[in-house]
Amino acid sequence: MSRRARLVLFTAAAAALAVTLGAGLAGLPSFGGQITSYARILNELAPRQRHVTDVVSAITFDYRGIDTLFEEFILLGAVAGISVLLRPLSDETRQLPQDKAPDRTIPPPSPAVWLLAVLLSSLLVLTGLETITHGTLTPGGGFQGGVILASAIYVVFLGTNYATVERFQPAPLLEASDGVGASGYVFIGLLGLLAGASFLSNVVGLGVTGNPISGGTIPLLNLVVGVEVAGGFVILASEFLDQTAVIRTRRR
Amino acid sequence: MSVLAYGVVAWLFLFGIYGVVTSRNLVHLVVCLSVAQSATDILLLEIGYRTGGHAPVFVSLSAHPGPAVDPVMQALALTDVVVGAAVTALLLALAVQVHKRAGTLDPDALRATRE
Repeated sequence: MSRRARLVLFTAAAAALAVTLGAGLAGLPSFGGQITSYARILNELAPRQRHVTDVVSAITFDYRGIDTLFEEFILLGAVAGISVLLRPLSDETRQLPQDKAPDRTIPPPSPAVWLLAVLLSSLLVLTGLETITHGTLTPGGGFQGGVILASAIYVVFLGTNYATVERFQPAPLLEASDGVGASGYVFIGLLGLLAGASFLSNVVGLGVTGNPISGGTIPLLNLVVGVEVAGGFVILASEFLDQTAVIRTRRR
Repeated sequence: MSVLAYGVVAWLFLFGIYGVVTSRNLVHLVVCLSVAQSATDILLLEIGYRTGGHAPVFVSLSAHPGPAVDPVMQALALTDVVVGAAVTALLLALAVQVHKRAGTLDPDALRATRE
C-alpha cells in the first residue's frame, strides 16, 4: 500500500473512530462529578479494614491482588522475552570493549560528573527504597520504587563507563531476584491457603495504622514486587547496553 | 470542562495512531504507540476525578479537607503504565533486531527484504 493510500484509509478510519469515541466519551459522567460507589466504599473501608493510609496500595495488593499477580507475570514474561530477543545470535559473539590504543593519554573524567553521578545514584537508591517500603502509607509501592532503584544503573553508566556498570549487574543475582520476586508473590498468596482462608487473603497481623509495618501482606507484597521490578529493569538496561557495548558481529 | 477533559483523550489517542500509521522509523513508531497508550491513563484518571478531591491517601487529613478521588482508577492506571512499559521495551528489542537483520528502521523499506 502506498503512503497516500494508507493515509486516506487512516483518515476514513480515524473519522469513524473519532465519532464513536466522541459518542462514548459523551456518555461518561461529567468530569469531576461523582465517583462510583465502589470507590467510595473502598475509600471509607480500606483504612479501617486493612490499616493502611494509601488506599491505592490496598486495592493493588489486596482487594485486587490477583490482578497484580498477573501484571507481575506480564512484566516477568516481557523481561524474559527481551532477554531471548537480545541474546547473542549465531553470527554474533560477546566481547568486552577493548582499548585499541592503550598508550595514548586519556583525559580523566571531570570530577563534577563523577560527584554528580555518586550523589544522584545514591539519592535514587535511597528514594527507591523509601518508595518501596512506604507503599502502604504514602503514594508509591513496589512497582514505582523498583523502577526508581533500577534507574540508578543508568546514572552510573552516564557518570562512568561500561566496565564499571558491569560490576553492578551480576547476571545470576539479577535473574534470581527477578524470579524470587515473582514467585514470592505466589508464596505470600499461599500463606492465605495455609491459614485456611482463600488465596492472597490478608492473613498476616495488620499492625497499627500509620506505622511503616502495617497492612499485613501489603508491605510484604510491595517488597517482593520491588525486588522483581528492580531486578527486571536492571536486566533490561544491561540487555540494551550489551547490544552496543559487548555483542559484535563475528568476523568471517 | 468535560469536553476539554475528554477531548484531550480522543486527541492524544488519534494523533498517537496517526504517528504509528505515518511513521518512517520503528523507534518513532514505538514512541507514538506510547503516546496513544497514555490516552488510556488520562481517561482512567479523569473518570476517577472529583472536583476538589484529594489523593486517596489518608494522611494529615486536616490539611486536605474534602472528598478523595477514585482509588480504583489510579490502581488501574498503575497496571496500565506497567504493561505499557513492558510492551514498549519488547517492541524496542524487536526494533534492535530488525535493524540488525534488515539494516534499516524504516517500516516501508522493510518490504524489500520480504521474500
